[in-house]
Amino acid sequence: MRLIFAALAGGLFGIGLMVSGMTNTRKVQGWLDIFGDWDPTLAFVMGGAIIPMSIAWWITTRRAKPVLGGSFPARPPQVLDRGLVVGSMLFGAGWALAGLCPGPALAALSWTGAPGLVFLIAMTAGMLFAPGFRAKMAPAH
Amino acid sequence: MIDWAYGLAGGLMIGCAGAMFLLINGRIMGASGILGGLIDRTGWSNGAERAAFVAALILVPGVIAGFTGGAESYLSDNWLVVAIAGLLVGVGTRLAGGCTSGHGVCGISRLTLRGIAATVIYIIAGAVMLSLVRHLWGLI
Repeated sequence: MRLIFAALAGGLFGIGLMVSGMTNTRKVQGWLDIFGDWDPTLAFVMGGAIIPMSIAWWITTRRAKPVLGGSFPARPPQVLDRGLVVGSMLFGAGWALAGLCPGPALAALSWTGAPGLVFLIAMTAGMLFAPGFRAKMAPAH
Repeated sequence: MIDWAYGLAGGLMIGCAGAMFLLINGRIMGASGILGGLIDRTGWSNGAERAAFVAALILVPGVIAGFTGGAESYLSDNWLVVAIAGLLVGVGTRLAGGCTSGHGVCGISRLTLRGIAATVIYIIAGAVMLSLVRHLWGLI
């Protein structure tokens, strides 16, 4: 059951990315191109996605647990550490360079060909390197 | 230009997918977290659920693109650019603990400080990077 709903969520996420144009690198790079031909679409995508998600978060405050059991994700401590700041800067730079973030990189894999695969392999390699970077950035305190 | 309408419609679908994953499975729909946990083994305790999500995220758009005669992407053909971008996205999202879906969609809608801060930072960093490589250096 969990697998079915995980697949449904993944599939619907993918369709949403396609419909919204976010699997198109030009639209993503257009959103970041504030000194060129700026494309505001991403703001509508983000705004549209936040509406049902806000309702869902509100529902979690009224329910004891998710439909399939377990518990709702706890609110993580809200600290702005170096990992968050540096990581988001690196992510933003890579996002601009290719016009892809992790979701669309997966969703568009079937038609982005060899460069799409190179991006995915490099991204997974980066994910493997991340713990090493994290250890260097925040020495034991 | 009806791009904004498609953007809004697609965004609502993305939000519904995230809402479903949260309310039914009790999980946050963040692409980098779901994939990253599979890659670095930190998420292997619920690996099957992650794998099902990732598989559907790859296959469903692929099948639709097959039926509708393909989809547009315009990803660079320059493997070096693409590889550097991928590395930055992989390291960055895992250091930051989220990407556009996790911090952006799920974090902002929960009004978390980290989600809002991360989104502001990666959009600014992205705009700076894009302006440098496109307008100053003329690389993309």
